[in-house]
Amino acid sequence: MDRSPDVVIVGAGIVGAAAAHVLTAEGLAVDVVDRGAPASGVTGAGMGHIVVMDDSPAQLQLTAYSRRLLDELAPELSASCELSRCGTLWIASGEAELEAVEAKQGAYAEAGIASEVLDGDDVARLEPELRRPLFGALRVPGDTVVYPPGLARWFLDRAVERGARLHLGTEIDSLGPREVRAGTTTISAGAVVNAAGPWSGRLSPGLPVTPRKGHLLITGRYSGFCRHQLVELGYLASAHDLSQDSVAFNLQPRPTGQIIIGSSRQAAGWDGAIDRSVLQKMVARAVEFVPGLAGLDVVRTWTGFRPATPDKLPLIGPWPDEDGPWILSGHEGLGIATALGTAQILADLMLERRPELDPAPFRAARA
Amino acid sequence: MSVESEVGLTVDGETVSSAADITVAAALLNLGKWRFRRSVSGSPRTPLCGMGTCHECLVTVDGDRHRRACMIPVRAGMRIETDD
Repeated sequence: MDRSPDVVIVGAGIVGAAAAHVLTAEGLAVDVVDRGAPASGVTGAGMGHIVVMDDSPAQLQLTAYSRRLLDELAPELSASCELSRCGTLWIASGEAELEAVEAKQGAYAEAGIASEVLDGDDVARLEPELRRPLFGALRVPGDTVVYPPGLARWFLDRAVERGARLHLGTEIDSLGPREVRAGTTTISAGAVVNAAGPWSGRLSPGLPVTPRKGHLLITGRYSGFCRHQLVELGYLASAHDLSQDSVAFNLQPRPTGQIIIGSSRQAAGWDGAIDRSVLQKMVARAVEFVPGLAGLDVVRTWTGFRPATPDKLPLIGPWPDEDGPWILSGHEGLGIATALGTAQILADLMLERRPELDPAPFRAARA
Repeated sequence: MSVESEVGLTVDGETVSSAADITVAAALLNLGKWRFRRSVSGSPRTPLCGMGTCHECLVTVDGDRHRRACMIPVRAGMRIETDD
């Protein structure tokens, strides 16, 4: 190695790529190492919903902050990022959930996120494919959708323009606070960032990050079939419980006219095989909400591993103590949605500035 | 010629007649229609393999999207939409 960078980032997924983008913009010399191609792990398996989520106050802050940062970049993004301003509809499944719609609107308003309560007729007009009767929904018009590998590549391209070096197809054996080792090669750096997603615990043994398996499915092209990302209001309850397998209705229209159907959550270790019974439950849940899905062609199904933490918040900072390597991991299903906020907090902490968000809830050493 | 030698179809909203006992793809090409569908980037697509493999000839038949025109015989009263 003919230079020792300021920072070496392990992982060229969306989180590592966003970190490379933000750190090089600060003038730091950055190397990025990945055992495969950019976005070839969790990022390539994800939906790319840039969504504000309110499972906890810290999650609400981080998703809102990250969505704003991506909006600020929107005019610069290439067409390959496939930014789509479809918004989200959080669908109530019955009268009993309408109170939750109001509560959600209140929480979003406090975080500066605009949203609108819709009645059943409004929802039917906006999304005619949804099954009647409809009770209401919360529409979050500012949520967007991206193509995650396209956005990761765009971040890396910007970083490379500013001198970052990529080491792709390079399997890291181990890392320390100031170096990473791959076979006989050692890269020394001012700082090391472990952004290896669900695999981050292999490089930092003891890190509380576990794989949480998900299934997705994509249809052929049916442009105009639906317009918003559609999520059942009960999604958060399903996503929150780490102890058991769950499915929830989550549907995304792609700019190609294709429709991605999710979602499932399982503690299944590293078994990436399609689990037919889970897939069946997931599709049945989606058809309950959108009966017309049953007549569409499916072109592909796949699985991925979300990097999950026990308290459902990402790890951002040095670990296991202040002298350890930096960790950017544990984003679970929100890595695409929160990569930019995560990267900005990392940059602020590294450069000893006060981050705009309180970093305490995300402190890696809390775990 | 028997009475079944011709069938009436609706193609892109127009009433037309076609030889019977041929595929939807052949009927469309006979009518001078060659833009069967559009790719993701919007470029026109036309039948290539003619045997159900390439999926270039997808059209909407009686409201059912993404049907392979080369694999479906025409039927009296069929509604076909192209260029989706």
